[in-house]
Amino acid sequence: MPQAIDRNDVRRLMTEGAQVVEVLPREEFEADHLPGAISLPLRGLETEAKEKLDPLRPVLVYCWDAA
Amino acid sequence: MYDYVDGKLDWLAAGLPTEGTNATRARAGDVARRDVPTCRLEEPIRAVRERAAAAGWDACVVVNHERVVLGLLRAEELRKGHEERVERVMRPGPSTFRPHMSIDEIAKFMVTHGLPNCPITTSDGRLVGLLRREDLESGRLRATFTAHG
Repeated sequence: MPQAIDRNDVRRLMTEGAQVVEVLPREEFEADHLPGAISLPLRGLETEAKEKLDPLRPVLVYCWDAA
Repeated sequence: MYDYVDGKLDWLAAGLPTEGTNATRARAGDVARRDVPTCRLEEPIRAVRERAAAAGWDACVVVNHERVVLGLLRAEELRKGHEERVERVMRPGPSTFRPHMSIDEIAKFMVTHGLPNCPITTSDGRLVGLLRREDLESGRLRATFTAHG
């Protein structure tokens, strides 16, 4: 179960080398994303995550909002 | 695994940096004047008026101790009264905009409603700065503004 975090936690985790993952569609990622984030749209998340993420580093995911 | 529950909207609304094709577009948070004077509810309006004028401003944003916007003193409110507390003459709950919004959207709203300025705040209401119509009308932002004028 992912741990819910806020903006301050995000900034801290970024400095600690967390992998930041945006799960929104690619076009939305290309328009705006958090610094250093990678795009793993929800639809292909399971397969792409194994290829693109380092299992030894923390992973932080986000979408548009809490809704 | 961590879940940034409030997501990208929260990040943008806080005026934090982003990457991507929109990152170079002028946004409200980039254009807002961060040196706008601020005051508290309990201050006498005369002192605030003098302070704002000395700093070359005809507006002042009313905030609390956490810089959450409570009201706005535009030129017409700044002219009212002497020893009255700010809270008696201010414009309470002014329309505010988030830092990530495009100036195009806000310019349209300002023209439609005849507003000379609008506070830009984070999603939790903290003051970022004041977006002034005269700044939108001048320099590189002029094209955006006149498109709605």
